[in-house]
Amino acid sequence: MTDILKSGGTTAAARPRRPAGPLQRIAGLLLSLALTFLGLLLVTFLIGRVVPIDPVLAAVGDRANAETYERMRIEMGLNLPLWQQFINYVADVLRGDFGTSVLTSQPVLDDVRRAFPATLELATAAIFIGVVLGVPAGVFAAVHRGRWPDHLVRVLGLVGYSVPVFWLGLVGLLLFYAKLDIAPGPGRLDVFYDGLVDPVTGVITVDALLAGETEIFWNALSHLALPASILGYFSIAYISRMTRSFMLDQLRQEYITTARVKGLSEFRVIWRHALGNIAVPLITVVALSYANLLEGSVLTETVFAWPGLGLYITNSLLNADMNAVLGGTLVVGAVFIGLNMLSDLLYRLLDPRAKK
Amino acid sequence: MNKFTRSLIGAAFLALAAGPSLAETPKDSLVMAWQFDDIISLDPAEIFEFSGAEYSAQVYERLIGINVKDVSKIEPAVAESWTVSEDGKTYTFKIRDGVKFHSGNPLTAEDAAYSLQRAVKLNKSPAFILTQFGFTKDNADQKIRAPDPRTLVIETDKAYAPTFVLNCLTAGVASVVDSKLLKQNEKDGDFGYNWLKTNSAGSGAFKLRQWKPNESLTLDANPAYWQGAPEMKRVILRHIAEPATQRLLLEKGDVDVARNLKPEQLDALRSSKEVRIVEAPKGTLWYLSLNQKNPILAKPEVRQAFRYLIDYDAMGSSIMKGIGTIHQAFLPKGFLGALDDKPFKYDPAKARELLTAAGYPDGFTVTMDVRNVTPWTDQAQTIQASAAAAGVKIELLPMDGKQQLTKYRARNQDIFLGQWGADYQDPHTNAETFASNPDNADNGPSKTLAWRNAWDIPELTKKTQAAVLERDAAKRVEIYHELQKAVMEDSPFIVMFQQVEVPVERGNVQGLIWGPSFDNNLYRLATKK
Repeated sequence: MTDILKSGGTTAAARPRRPAGPLQRIAGLLLSLALTFLGLLLVTFLIGRVVPIDPVLAAVGDRANAETYERMRIEMGLNLPLWQQFINYVADVLRGDFGTSVLTSQPVLDDVRRAFPATLELATAAIFIGVVLGVPAGVFAAVHRGRWPDHLVRVLGLVGYSVPVFWLGLVGLLLFYAKLDIAPGPGRLDVFYDGLVDPVTGVITVDALLAGETEIFWNALSHLALPASILGYFSIAYISRMTRSFMLDQLRQEYITTARVKGLSEFRVIWRHALGNIAVPLITVVALSYANLLEGSVLTETVFAWPGLGLYITNSLLNADMNAVLGGTLVVGAVFIGLNMLSDLLYRLLDPRAKK
Repeated sequence: MNKFTRSLIGAAFLALAAGPSLAETPKDSLVMAWQFDDIISLDPAEIFEFSGAEYSAQVYERLIGINVKDVSKIEPAVAESWTVSEDGKTYTFKIRDGVKFHSGNPLTAEDAAYSLQRAVKLNKSPAFILTQFGFTKDNADQKIRAPDPRTLVIETDKAYAPTFVLNCLTAGVASVVDSKLLKQNEKDGDFGYNWLKTNSAGSGAFKLRQWKPNESLTLDANPAYWQGAPEMKRVILRHIAEPATQRLLLEKGDVDVARNLKPEQLDALRSSKEVRIVEAPKGTLWYLSLNQKNPILAKPEVRQAFRYLIDYDAMGSSIMKGIGTIHQAFLPKGFLGALDDKPFKYDPAKARELLTAAGYPDGFTVTMDVRNVTPWTDQAQTIQASAAAAGVKIELLPMDGKQQLTKYRARNQDIFLGQWGADYQDPHTNAETFASNPDNADNGPSKTLAWRNAWDIPELTKKTQAAVLERDAAKRVEIYHELQKAVMEDSPFIVMFQQVEVPVERGNVQGLIWGPSFDNNLYRLATKK
């Protein structure tokens, strides 16, 4: 995925020397986007065809007779040469048809529309927790390097890094749901609120607010709290560690000494000058970890019965449900590219050298 | 999950084992935690998965059903009576008066005829259960007909055993669908298939309210059900993939029934007064098979030896405890004519004698394809260890289930460790696959289990085919006894366990019926105190 990040980031800069007009730049960007997606599709498609799993079996089941099997094989276009299958698929995608999932027998687009908002909700809450707690923790650790606050942050980070999320999720449920009774059980909503709010965005908290159902909003939010905290903890671990090392780098710089000599308050030196200077690499770190969260976390989704994208893609992959896998991959690809462009934009806002 | 994580979880459970405080589901609703991600369609003409079958049994009705207590008895359902003609080829069903679909349309013999014709013409995976009686796209309208709204006539191509035909008509593929409703939703001559895949058109005790794949399936009671409205106004099935999460929800009272608990969770719940563990034998077998393309495995003495290389008792009391019982015949308990003989025990000394006779006094090396999930992985390791005692070195090849199946169907395995589930409630379903192989060629059209193991058995094949034409029920049972004995004594198959479904109910739940197959699990009589 780092390759995609790179290619998305450098295309505009790598254009020929003669000054490119805005139209040409947009055209170039679109072309490189299209090529990236095509490459992504091709690789996923090929992997799907090399896996030693018979996709027809997944569709008709083990007990189908030879005739049914053959008919389905032709229906799925598997009798055609590989290149033709791929061209057919891409042509369908261009027409907006992502095919039907074998597992759910629903259009892949509908499936993704259902699964992605669930993941989006969880990932956004988790990255929010990760940034709000992780960055200050990292700064704090760097400032108090070698003393107990630093050790505390590092140990917590290490634990976050090494404990399996699966285990942490179960223990979280056991403690906060079963034992202390302060968190609701797995799932996105209490069963009896299910289906009461029309899905507009698919993000239940937002939908509930749009519908003015505050009771459902709080219920959804309480269901979100535990899994988001657990995923958030992993983001905190990563973000605080990176923040700490970026900050240590900055604090060694001469301009910091200068600022201190000039008599600036320590607060201003650290939170304005040093932190301001690590904003750009920090954005990359946050964007990367957000993108990872948006791919969906299979284990967290399993433990919390959270019907997200990670679970969807994994299940599909295990069942050779190629339409679903390709559709899901496209979404993940789009997320990576989108976040990458967003962080490019933020660089320009935050990095004074990029301002003209 | 590796051992380390498992013991961590175990420790956490112990530390927090004190009873959780209780939430409760509403009195008039039943909530179930269940892995139902195998559902690919809600159309009874296509449903061929366990969870789908159970869904269809709540929402649809069939002409006739089996008695879950005595499977040799057929019971009336939508058909109140039936007769078989002298020549054994014509079946006439009298359709009950006053049955209505959820749409309000009356259920008639025309609907019943349409449903069977539709299943034949759509020709989806389970259609063979009907087409094996000679129905085709072209003759279905003549062979299955409704001369008047209360009479359904079915003509088979041969004089089959009546038990065979009737047992097959209890299968989900023979569910009666609402023909008027489907005709309204038909597109391009698809018999409403594309609509019914995600909707319902039944007359059963429950109607479909909502299906979210891999998330939830909600059923509402049918207040107009002819056998009486169910007491539960709503049944909610929640897809909970993780068994440990299912257990938490059950103990907490957020679900009334948990369907997929594992032995370690069942053990922890055995002493609980809050919940009740139910055991219902199902029609699925765990077996091991020896590919006869491998010259070593093709020796009769080696086939014999393998029967003594498996530690049935040790597995039965550990990894299979609560999920399977020892069973060695190819017909599961609960099937017409099933044998309950268990002649084989773990005996490495005897196995070694047999191997010596076969010319392998020091054993040999062979591979075994295993699904990479429990309990298969645990079974495989146990078998590996017990076989090593007689010098047979088994290399395990763990792989994904679909991948294992693909390889099996190409006959590229040595030993296959897996499961076989009966397709319908008649002994022929298993006899056909374990004891018949009409064409052993590599491109043979019929991929029975015997074929997948390259076991060429013209004699047994003939006998199996004859059994479905035996009109005397007692004689038919006798033939299945003989077939089971033959396969048990000398075949590439070593049947080890029969699956037991272990739903765990909260103490206040009563009346759920856990039958011998998933389409005989019924929610209709469930109550909550």
